Amino acid sequence: MRDLKQRSVPRAALAGAAATAVALAALLFAVTPMQGQADFVVFTTVVVVATVVVLTWVVEGRRRAVDRLATSGALVALALTLLPLGFTLGYTAYRGSKRISADFLTHSMAGVGPLSPRGGIYHAIIGTLEQVLLASAIAVPLGLMVAIYVTEYGRNAFGTAIRFLIDVMTGIPSIVAGLFVLAFWVLALGQGFSGFAGSMALAILELPIVVRSAEEMLRLVPGSLREASYALGVPRWKTILHVVLPTARTGITTGVMLAVARVMGETAPVLLVVGNNNFIHTDPFNGPQASLPLYIFQNAGSSSDFDVDRAWAAALTLIAMVVVLYVAARLLTRRNALARR
Amino acid sequence: MTVVSPGADVTTLRGARSTKRADSVFRGLTLTAGALVFAILAAIAIFLVVKALPALQHDKSSFWTTRQWDPDTTGRYGIATLVFGTVLTSLLALVMAVPVALGGALYTKKNTPRRLSTLLGYATDMLAAVPSVVYGLWGFFFLLRHQVGLQVFLNHWLGWIPLFAGSKGDVNTFSKSVFGASVVLAIMILPIVAAISREVIRQVDPAQREAALALGATRWEMIRTAVLPPSRPGIVSAVMLGLGRALGETIAVALVIGNSYFINWKILVPGGHTIAANIANRFGEAGSLGRSALIASGLVLFVITLGVNLVARYVIYRAGTEERSAAV
Repeated sequence: MRDLKQRSVPRAALAGAAATAVALAALLFAVTPMQGQADFVVFTTVVVVATVVVLTWVVEGRRRAVDRLATSGALVALALTLLPLGFTLGYTAYRGSKRISADFLTHSMAGVGPLSPRGGIYHAIIGTLEQVLLASAIAVPLGLMVAIYVTEYGRNAFGTAIRFLIDVMTGIPSIVAGLFVLAFWVLALGQGFSGFAGSMALAILELPIVVRSAEEMLRLVPGSLREASYALGVPRWKTILHVVLPTARTGITTGVMLAVARVMGETAPVLLVVGNNNFIHTDPFNGPQASLPLYIFQNAGSSSDFDVDRAWAAALTLIAMVVVLYVAARLLTRRNALARR
Repeated sequence: MTVVSPGADVTTLRGARSTKRADSVFRGLTLTAGALVFAILAAIAIFLVVKALPALQHDKSSFWTTRQWDPDTTGRYGIATLVFGTVLTSLLALVMAVPVALGGALYTKKNTPRRLSTLLGYATDMLAAVPSVVYGLWGFFFLLRHQVGLQVFLNHWLGWIPLFAGSKGDVNTFSKSVFGASVVLAIMILPIVAAISREVIRQVDPAQREAALALGATRWEMIRTAVLPPSRPGIVSAVMLGLGRALGETIAVALVIGNSYFINWKILVPGGHTIAANIANRFGEAGSLGRSALIASGLVLFVITLGVNLVARYVIYRAGTEERSAAV
């Protein structure tokens, strides 16, 4: 029976070969002019993969070697996917934590120049929260209605067309949404910059995300629930409002939270139609407002180190807000009986 | 209300009628919401065109060819460089992101235990949730400084390819360049391409995979023969959607690209520009013609991304797969 079995390299031999390769690479970097941490990691990876593949080729043949190569490639790709996330979050936390403080979160930039180490983002947080809430106040009800139409009534050409247009809408670049509100609200209607103008642009970006997640959740509601409700004589609209929607509620909430997290960090539309303000301005309907993404963008371009530090601290705050929303949404998903099925 | 004839079962009749009315009112409401989607999209197209017209008429002949952007001073502006830079950065981003995203997607689905694979899914989704301005900030203050070594390497070994050409001095400094913008874009579209590909790959019939394995295929042969062919349309559309995202990305690019109006294939040297970044960087100083010109460039961007997205959707619909859900 022995000769029926494929000859294979023992795991220990593979690990040993890999370790030897690492050691050789380290030795090379120690004695030759080769240097640099990144160079070392890249070089070592290549050497280890090559060693393992060649060893496999010699012992197990070409097909197994190609398989090993593909697996290694996938593993490297995976590392390359996760690396930027770690670097972005890690570096933002590192730079942001230097400047962030209770004082920073509770003060505006009123009277603070680029060369002052003081100042904060209170006004920008208020602006962002108001703009995002207003945008959601437009996009969430509208998006739910569209999703209800598409799933409950839209088994016709019009419904298909709407689904298609929603798909198209997801592809609209955020800057184009901003330009549209600029052209429509500011230039054509002669309205000034305001938080609300930004909310309209954000709502355009949020709407398709809400529709699609809600649509997906509504589709998951079993038909038997609807039929049971009809059988009891409950009219269709009441069935939708009191049976279908509550069943899909958790999933829809998750989708909405993810949509909010998405638009919260949008800078481009805010840049075009909200203007900017160093002062606390709580009225989103009149006059320019501050917002977190814009605050980061403007301070990032400054030549003052104080401004740059403020940009990092604001970025950390923004990421924290997004991550909180995101994690909350995910925790909610776990409790979502529909999506789990 | 209508008068009900005496003797009839009053409550039932009234109930039935008002139910019917409520039903059609509710249906009408949701229908209106649906129609509003049409209206919004139409309004976007109409208002962009109307407000772009002054700039397009002012500069009829040269809008497509001019390589500078001074609408308010000399009145000369054009999108030649901008379109070139937009397409170049996006394509380079695709070249970098797609293999990585696909490899990661295959790995998460094929080789990992379930828990780890869910965690990885969360991580990629998180990558998509990081605001673009943060990527821009990170790209400018971290990535551009740390990729100088890679630039020198590419220039030294591959300098004979026009893309990587450039003088040693230009390449060996930290600078805003097309290459920097492409790397940031690649990182940003990675999660989208990965998420959709993962979804597509998951929908491959497990029986196909098992059949391939049962015939003695290695895992890679199984992926190549049983997983990739049926997922191809889905993967193509994932790539197109990633391309659409890259073309329209604004703030991150605005922070890491060189703001120059030359058409230049050398991606490692300082320079480059894109439509969206140009809008973000030039909006503040724009006068009335300047704004119109920026809107005109935005209209061009809208048309390009629309085209790319339509192709992607067409591929999805024709394939009839249901990976639509992942394509946020």
